[in-house]
Amino acid sequence: MKQLQNEKGNRSKRRDFLKKISVSLFSLVLPGILKAEETSDDEKPWIIGDDYNPREHYWGMAIDVNKCIGCGRCANACKTENNVPKHPYFFRTWVERYQIFEDGESTVDSPNGAINGFQIKGTNEGRVIRSFFVPKICNQCDNPPCVQVCPVGATFMTPDGVILVDANYCIGCRYCIQACPYGARYLNPETKTADKCTFCYHRLVKGLSPACVEACPTQARVFGEVHKKASPLVRFKRMNKISVLKPALNTEPKVLYANLDVEVR
Amino acid sequence: MSKIKILFLNIKNVIIGQLSPQKIKERLETMKSFWKSVPEQVQRLSILLILIIVAFFIVRALLVPSDFGKYGHYRASAVDEIISQELRYAGSKACNECHDDIAESKTKGYHRNISCEVCHGAGYEHTQDPSEIVLEAPRDRGYCPLCHEYLTSRPTGFPQIVSSSHNPMKPCISCHEPHDPKPPETPRECAACHAEIARTKSVSHHVYIACTRCHNAPEGHKISPREFLPSKPQSREFCGQCHAKKSEETKGIPQIDPTSHNSRYVCWQCHYPHLPEAR
Repeated sequence: MKQLQNEKGNRSKRRDFLKKISVSLFSLVLPGILKAEETSDDEKPWIIGDDYNPREHYWGMAIDVNKCIGCGRCANACKTENNVPKHPYFFRTWVERYQIFEDGESTVDSPNGAINGFQIKGTNEGRVIRSFFVPKICNQCDNPPCVQVCPVGATFMTPDGVILVDANYCIGCRYCIQACPYGARYLNPETKTADKCTFCYHRLVKGLSPACVEACPTQARVFGEVHKKASPLVRFKRMNKISVLKPALNTEPKVLYANLDVEVR
Repeated sequence: MSKIKILFLNIKNVIIGQLSPQKIKERLETMKSFWKSVPEQVQRLSILLILIIVAFFIVRALLVPSDFGKYGHYRASAVDEIISQELRYAGSKACNECHDDIAESKTKGYHRNISCEVCHGAGYEHTQDPSEIVLEAPRDRGYCPLCHEYLTSRPTGFPQIVSSSHNPMKPCISCHEPHDPKPPETPRECAACHAEIARTKSVSHHVYIACTRCHNAPEGHKISPREFLPSKPQSREFCGQCHAKKSEETKGIPQIDPTSHNSRYVCWQCHYPHLPEAR
C-alpha cells in the first residue's frame, strides 16, 4: 500500500489515519450514547406512595372569581393542613379583596390572608363601583422561573406538573422567592428554607383533593386533570372564559381564572 | 451495559491492540521525551490542574446525593419525604361513611356542596380515633358571618346579613338549621299587609312568635280591617308568661319581676314588641 509521508518524515498508513480519526470522532458522541442508555432506565414507571404513578397525571386548578365570597376558609385550611407558620405574612394561599372607586383609584387588601374574613372598610365604602375577591395561590407554572433560578436543584417540577421544594436540599438563598412573579413563595422561619404551595401533594397521591379545594364552600376552586377529558377542570374550561395572571411573562400557569377583572395583577 | 463493554474493547484494540510490546515501549519513550521538552512551569501547572479535576469529581461524588438526577434535576427521595406529610383534612367522603344521616339531610339544602370540615374543622384525627378526638361545631355567632356578613365585595345574590342588627346576641343555629338552612318565615297572611312589621319582626328576638299569639284578629279583619280591629295584649301578665321571673320553662329570656318593674304601665307602652331590642 502506498505510504503517506508528512513534512517531518513520520510515516503512517492511510488505514491507521482513518481508524484514529473515526475513533476520535466516535468519542465525541460517546457521552450521548451512554446517556441514552440511562434514559431508557428512566422510562420505567415511577410509583409514589402506594399506587400513584405521577406520569399518568397532570394537575391544574381553576378559580371562579365570581363565586369567591372571601370567607378565607381556603387560607385557613391550607395553614392547618400544611403546618404553615401562623404569623400573618406566611401564606401558601390567600384571598385578596379588590376595591375600585369612582375616581378610578383601586385598593387591594388581604388582612391576615383573609383567615379571619374581611371587615367593611371605613367611609370609602359608598364610593366603590366594583369590588370582588381573588384567591391567590402558587400558579404551578409550566415554565417556572423559580425552578430556573434554583442554584442547587432543590425546587423542581414533578412529572405530574407540580412544583415542589426539597426542604432538605434547599440552602435558603431566597433566589426563588425573588424570581416568583406571583409572590407565592416565602422563607419558612422554622426550617429557614423556601416553602410554597404543593397542591397538597401528600393528599394527591392518596386520591384526595387539596385542602383549599376541600374547604371552599362555594366551589370557587376547581381541581382536576389538565389533559383528561372527564375532569372537572376541563369542564370548567369549556364553560368559562379563562385567563391567567400575568400572561405576558410566559410562565404558562396551570392555575386558571374565570371572570378575572382587568385590575387584578 | 454490555454494549458499552464491547465498545471499549474495540477502542482498546484500535489504539494498542495491534502493537507489539516493543512498539509500546517505543511509544512510552517518545511520551517521556515529550514530557521533558515541556517547560517546567507548565508541567507543574498541568499536575495541579489534574489534581483539581480529580478533587472536583471526588467532592462532587461526596456531596451530590446518590438519587439526584434519577428522574430529573432533583433528589428523587425528596418526593417521598414530601408525601410523608401527615393528613389533617380527611375529606367529605370519609365523613359521609359514618355520618350518613347528616349527609343525607344535607343533599337538598343550600349547604349541600359545603364539606363538613369547613365548619367542623380538620377531621383526619377524628376519623382515626372517633371516640377520643371529637370535632366541635361552631355554635357562636362569630362563625357564620365569615361567609354571610354583608360585604360590598361579595357576589350579588349571595345571602348576607348585617349581624349587628340581625337578632344580635342570638346564635345563628337557634333559627337556622346549618345542615339545611332556610330563611325563617313570618306568617304570610299578616305580612301581606303588615310587611313592614313582619320585616322588623324577622330580625328581632320575637321572629318565631306568630302574630296571632298576641293579636286576636276577628275573621272580618281581612275584609274590612278598620271595622274589625285585632286585639292587643291588655295585661302585664300576658308578656309575663315568658318574661316574669317565675317562668321556669323560659330560661334564657330576659326576665323581670312584674310587681316591681314599672307596674303602672302595660309592657308595650315602653317596649316595642316587634323589635324589643330597639330602644
